[in-house]
Amino acid sequence: MTGTWTVFKRELAGYFATPVAYVFIVIFLFLTGIATFYVGNFFDRGQADLKSFFSFHPWLYLFLVPAVSMRLWAEERKAGTIELLMTLPVDLGGIVLGKFLAAWAFIAIALALTFPIWITVNYLGHPDNGVIVAGYIGSLLMAGGYLAIGACISATTRNQVIAFVVSVVVCFIFTVAGASIVLDFASAWLPAILVQAIASFSFLTHFNAIQDGVIDIRDVIFFATLIATWLFANAVVVEQKKAS
Amino acid sequence: MTAMIEIAHLSKRFGPLVAVDDVSFSVAKGEVLGFLGPNGAGKSTTMKMLTGFLTPSSGAVKVAGFDVVDDALAAKRQIGYLPEGAPAYPDMTPAGFLDFIAEVRGLKGTERKAAIERVTSHVHLGPVMDQPIETLSKGFKRRVGLAQAILHDPPVLVLDEPTDGLDPNQKHEVRELIRRMAPEKAIVISTHILEEVEAVCTRAVVIARGRLIAEGHPLEIGWRLGDYQAEPGKLDAVFRFITASAEPRSVA
Repeated sequence: MTGTWTVFKRELAGYFATPVAYVFIVIFLFLTGIATFYVGNFFDRGQADLKSFFSFHPWLYLFLVPAVSMRLWAEERKAGTIELLMTLPVDLGGIVLGKFLAAWAFIAIALALTFPIWITVNYLGHPDNGVIVAGYIGSLLMAGGYLAIGACISATTRNQVIAFVVSVVVCFIFTVAGASIVLDFASAWLPAILVQAIASFSFLTHFNAIQDGVIDIRDVIFFATLIATWLFANAVVVEQKKAS
Repeated sequence: MTAMIEIAHLSKRFGPLVAVDDVSFSVAKGEVLGFLGPNGAGKSTTMKMLTGFLTPSSGAVKVAGFDVVDDALAAKRQIGYLPEGAPAYPDMTPAGFLDFIAEVRGLKGTERKAAIERVTSHVHLGPVMDQPIETLSKGFKRRVGLAQAILHDPPVLVLDEPTDGLDPNQKHEVRELIRRMAPEKAIVISTHILEEVEAVCTRAVVIARGRLIAEGHPLEIGWRLGDYQAEPGKLDAVFRFITASAEPRSVA
């Protein structure tokens, strides 16, 4: 893969060249704070853990990750720079990967900036830091999943608003795939084995397992496979749609 | 003379629409080929296939001997390309943008620095190097696009409307630049401005409704385009005549 590192650097610097990065980080930190302390009742629970912090991540990512991913390809297409980029001597795979990794690194930076809450919980009690590390890893993997979906959808349009809305919907389906809202609907007309297959795509199920401190290789493989599949689709979409 | 660009029976279909229809031509080192045609004739589509952005429906393109589909990266390394509208990343500065292009092109260290200095002085970007590209005037944006195209000193240059949006002085400078580079390179420029063809091109081809309909050469005085001869400065009239007769006749 040629060009991955160069594209990665340009993309990541691009986030910080505009107010996008700062707005995103501030809002992410603000919302995680509210969710943890007010909705999750961090203090009232009286537990030295970060359950109330991590359990809201799927719902925050649902809106915030598509906000990061929507520009990845749609902007490139709108500005016409996609033609420039794809006539440079770099592989399409390298570009897809570079863009994805830059956005993922950016979300990792935002996630890392939540460290005060880790310090807080260690100051207040004696949490199991292994569980917390697992929670961070799981959260980052899940963000990568949302991001790969959003990147692929961003490649289908030159309109960032459409990219955002469609990504939120698709991400929502993946988030709640294991919940009754989807399964009741699916079980009405699908065979049980397919319903189970749908349920196994749930981000919540896989994330909750990791959040409990058990980094099961199957959950990691789930997210890794999901990311790889959507990025492959991303490359196919870019290749197919570059003419339009 | 060896042909640096060889286009053979190139076609591109978008669904039922045939945008480029069996186009063949070649360009040798030292030549500046003017690629002419009305809007929508297939000029940009041909250039997009030539530079490897679009995949041809049929036919082949070779750049410096490399097939742009089968040997895409090697072919792309030989080409400097200014796409239509000179796209560049709006929130980058010309300095950052050229540095990015140089890195992608594999230029390192002092070589990269020298290349960037060379092109910025060629296209006079000095005063705006550290301003975001989105704040630049149309003329400066076009020059940023030109600068990235010639940054790696490519043997093949493909310029889609290189002087569009420039004022007369800047147009003159860009033409001078093209003329200076011409002996060492194979250059294709698409343009609507026929005085530009007379000023810099050593040959011209005219495309209309996806097909090549005429070839032109400079004469001792004036130009020959297809079967017609044009006095200096009169190429416009000949161009209008031959492209109009290529339009469908049954439009009521």
